[in-house]
Amino acid sequence: MATPQVHHLFHAPIADHSFSSDKQTLAVARENNVELYQSSGNKFALSDELKGHEKTVTSVDIAPNSGRIVTCSQGYSCLQTVMPMSGRRPPLAGSPPLVLLRINRAATFVRWSPSEQKFAVGSGARVIAVCYFEEENDWWISKHLKKPIRSTITTLAWHPNSVLLAAGSTDSHARVFSSFIKGIDSRPEPSAWGERLPFNTICGEFLNDSAGWIQGVAFSPSGNALAFTGHDSSVTVVYPSAPEQPPRAMLNISTRLLPLNSLIWNGENEIIAAGHDCEPFRFHGDESGWQLAGSLEKQTGDGSGPREESALNMFRQMDLKGQTQVDTKLKSTHQNTVNTVRVYEEAGGQVRSFSTSGVDGRVVVWTV
Amino acid sequence: MSQSLRPYLQCVRSSLTAALAISNFASQTSERHNVPEIEAQTSPELILNPLTVSRNAEERVLIEPSVNSVRVSIRIKQADEIEHILVHKFTRFLQQRAESFFILRRKPIKGYDISFLITNVHVEAMLKHKLVDFIIQFMEEVDKEISEMKLFLNARARFVAESFLTPF
Repeated sequence: MATPQVHHLFHAPIADHSFSSDKQTLAVARENNVELYQSSGNKFALSDELKGHEKTVTSVDIAPNSGRIVTCSQGYSCLQTVMPMSGRRPPLAGSPPLVLLRINRAATFVRWSPSEQKFAVGSGARVIAVCYFEEENDWWISKHLKKPIRSTITTLAWHPNSVLLAAGSTDSHARVFSSFIKGIDSRPEPSAWGERLPFNTICGEFLNDSAGWIQGVAFSPSGNALAFTGHDSSVTVVYPSAPEQPPRAMLNISTRLLPLNSLIWNGENEIIAAGHDCEPFRFHGDESGWQLAGSLEKQTGDGSGPREESALNMFRQMDLKGQTQVDTKLKSTHQNTVNTVRVYEEAGGQVRSFSTSGVDGRVVVWTV
Repeated sequence: MSQSLRPYLQCVRSSLTAALAISNFASQTSERHNVPEIEAQTSPELILNPLTVSRNAEERVLIEPSVNSVRVSIRIKQADEIEHILVHKFTRFLQQRAESFFILRRKPIKGYDISFLITNVHVEAMLKHKLVDFIIQFMEEVDKEISEMKLFLNARARFVAESFLTPF
């Protein structure tokens, strides 16, 4: 396994990050702005700043094909911007178009659908806004999914068919909704999740064993399994059987780790998740059982242990800092909680590399 | 370190590390607000079960976790009235300077001597494991400090009494 590429961008939390499809541009949510970084050599340099949000930006997503950036913030606005593709172009002119979400609480999470015709925004107003562009009015419309949601939506994930949407919430439920919009979506193939899928159909509602808040959800590459992480440090994998039926298998993998915040699938038999333990973990399994397979971090440390015990160093530390040893550095690559895990490179559902970002201001690209 | 102190601190350390898994979370009851949910107490589903770690009847720690903040309250050992006064004065001194301590709460929770309020902002700006270290170190030092102060006070009282009674 190659050493991970670490990009330490700044000393502030990164709420979310997103790479463009050519991996030349990196969008990072930093406080009230979104910063765009351009790759130069093996480093990323700040090239542009998207301003316009008046509260903390919570999520950012770049559509891989159209290059459109969508961002949302706790000030319940949602902005959409067409990305300057080359990076050599002048900064974005004017203010980016605002999408009216009709919510009155913080927007927490935004993701483009795989078809890039729609995006979904989770919010603290107990709704998910599904937004699409209406040609005749030249305007982005938002439709609300709200029925059984009883608390803030923390995370969302799209099914590969762009109709089904999984959402995790602080009411401890992971739900699968249909976000079918007439005229935008083509009728989806019937699957284990459902056959007829009008808007706001609930295709599944799952609670994990100890009912912790849901922090991350993801559909498997085929879309026939759903995984979610909870605040009880567990990962739950659900295999649906047929519409209106209880799931074929629902497997809860409880761990002794700190809660995991985000997860991705690598093929159908592996999950990579990261969170408050500051390092990514691998889970292996299938319908008959899943287990934790260990960390992706090389457990060697950086040789900082015995070397710093020298007498000179000890007295120097006592003189400078009033303490004999400095143990402020963690052994992991990330020095604080990981917020987002995203696929960086994949081929046919198999992830070759993935990227993580966290509270420590680092974006790390890992090779699987 | 005495025999019972070590497991007590170890237990507080691991409970606190787990409780500090907090993140930025905007209020879902009031618009454009972002408040510590443990203080606001507006949504019951965002607050986890409080946890008490006690060493004996006198010393205990209360950890109240929520989605974006954790409240840690400490009951410091008070064997007699002198210690009671000393603890009261000492914590009052700290609490009056709460701004410079960042995580210190101005008023303790009822039944406890000193409270800390750790929010997601503190966890983001500071190193989480060092924050836990700080609280553990505080708990270690405060007992030492109070008993030292008590010894000093007794010594001084004896000295004063002696010099007062010399003429007689």
